[in-house]
Amino acid sequence: MSDAKKTPLHKWHNENGGKMVNYAGWDMPVQYQKGLVSEHEFTRKKASLFDVSHMGEFRFVGSEALKALYFLSPSNVEKLEEGESCYSFFPNEQGGVVDDLLIYCFKKQKDYLICVNASNAEKIGEHIKKHSTDFDVQIVNECEMWGQVAIQGPEAIKMTTELISGVDKLERFHFGSFDYKDSSVIVARTGYTGEDGFEIFVSPDQTEELWKDLLAKGAEPCGLAARDTLRLEAALNLYGNELSEDCNPFERRMAWTVDFKKLNFMAKDRLVELKEKASRKLVGLKVLERAIPRAGYEVLDGDEVVGLVTSGTMSPSLSEPIAMVWIDKKSAESDKKLKVQIRKKQVEAQITPLPFLKNV
Amino acid sequence: MIHKVPEDLYYTKEHEWAYVDENIVTVGVTSYAQENLGEIVYAELPDEGQKVTQNEPFGVIESVKAVSDLYAPVSGTVIETNEGLMDKPGILNDDPWNDGWLIRIEMDTEKELASLIKAGEYKKLIAK
Repeated sequence: MSDAKKTPLHKWHNENGGKMVNYAGWDMPVQYQKGLVSEHEFTRKKASLFDVSHMGEFRFVGSEALKALYFLSPSNVEKLEEGESCYSFFPNEQGGVVDDLLIYCFKKQKDYLICVNASNAEKIGEHIKKHSTDFDVQIVNECEMWGQVAIQGPEAIKMTTELISGVDKLERFHFGSFDYKDSSVIVARTGYTGEDGFEIFVSPDQTEELWKDLLAKGAEPCGLAARDTLRLEAALNLYGNELSEDCNPFERRMAWTVDFKKLNFMAKDRLVELKEKASRKLVGLKVLERAIPRAGYEVLDGDEVVGLVTSGTMSPSLSEPIAMVWIDKKSAESDKKLKVQIRKKQVEAQITPLPFLKNV
Repeated sequence: MIHKVPEDLYYTKEHEWAYVDENIVTVGVTSYAQENLGEIVYAELPDEGQKVTQNEPFGVIESVKAVSDLYAPVSGTVIETNEGLMDKPGILNDDPWNDGWLIRIEMDTEKELASLIKAGEYKKLIAK
């Protein structure tokens, strides 16, 4: 554990009941003393704080910064105006997913920031370096330059605005630089919980101060375990579960991030093929019996195995077992009854619209 | 957190406890185990009459975030399961030593008790 990376809030977590686990090479709080369910519920009712300093950041600067991103991402990054962000992914040469990410436009054409998963930061750094050599762009690894705090929940906007004036004017997926005490922070109106709120990029030495100031406004800390149940209720993909290097993005609810009208981008031809070949899709499933579907469990239509659970849990908000499942399209009709193989038993389940729950 | 470890019980390395009354063994999970799992939301236990084997899984308990196998401390026949856990698995968190018991086993042989660990050793195990 000693070589695990530590966020600027590591000491705070340890001193405040954070149960620390290794996550993607980082020593991170999986939960605090109140536990997963309380933390989850507090997020849905009030507002929670998440230490997301482990996320990776890379900046693209230079006259062809946009060109490089236009090539690396299949999304309409050229349409991003200053202060706007979008969700996207970087495909590998086979059309699989290197990582899913957010792209922030700081200055059109010339200055963009991407925020990537901690588990993929190193790999993404290499991927960008390899595939941006044709462009006049400088790639700056800013992973060490930022702490990051997310505040999510129905009271997140109010609490944050009391501390950082003006952030309530941001629209969803917009961001800006705001004064915070004697310095400034970047506040983006995005998140990973299905709640309204912000993700705040802050210098590492000011991260704990910001965290404590937001706690003083009434937010409570929330660990990685509840972050996972929150994102699953909101049907947001998790890399490693829904997404991987060898997945077909068109079978993983990523089609909306791809625009084939774009002239050229990484693995475009391959992605055209993958779109045609897509034979499965990700759908929501509610288990109708008392049993919890987990990632990797088989999904059956009659006697036939038609796919797998990619993520599953007992939903703290709905008090029902829920799952995202990757199954054959022919078995993916709305409301269809399926079964999940849970250890020795096959339990009844039903397809249900995604997201399971979303308040933003 | 300091966990209570009753002296009159046997333990397994997988954090089950066993209370032996003649040839009947009541099985549960320790306070340390429930604390580490978090809120338990589901228990899957064997039916009465089912055979269980020492050190082999006999059921599972699940928290929101994880599935955890339950291991039989001794071999024998299940004579009773804690039905109350089916509706209220949270009892396992609230009272792991008493109301949160899992199953009662009629054990095949007392000899197997020799391979279980005692309270002192279990305390050392969870102090690591």
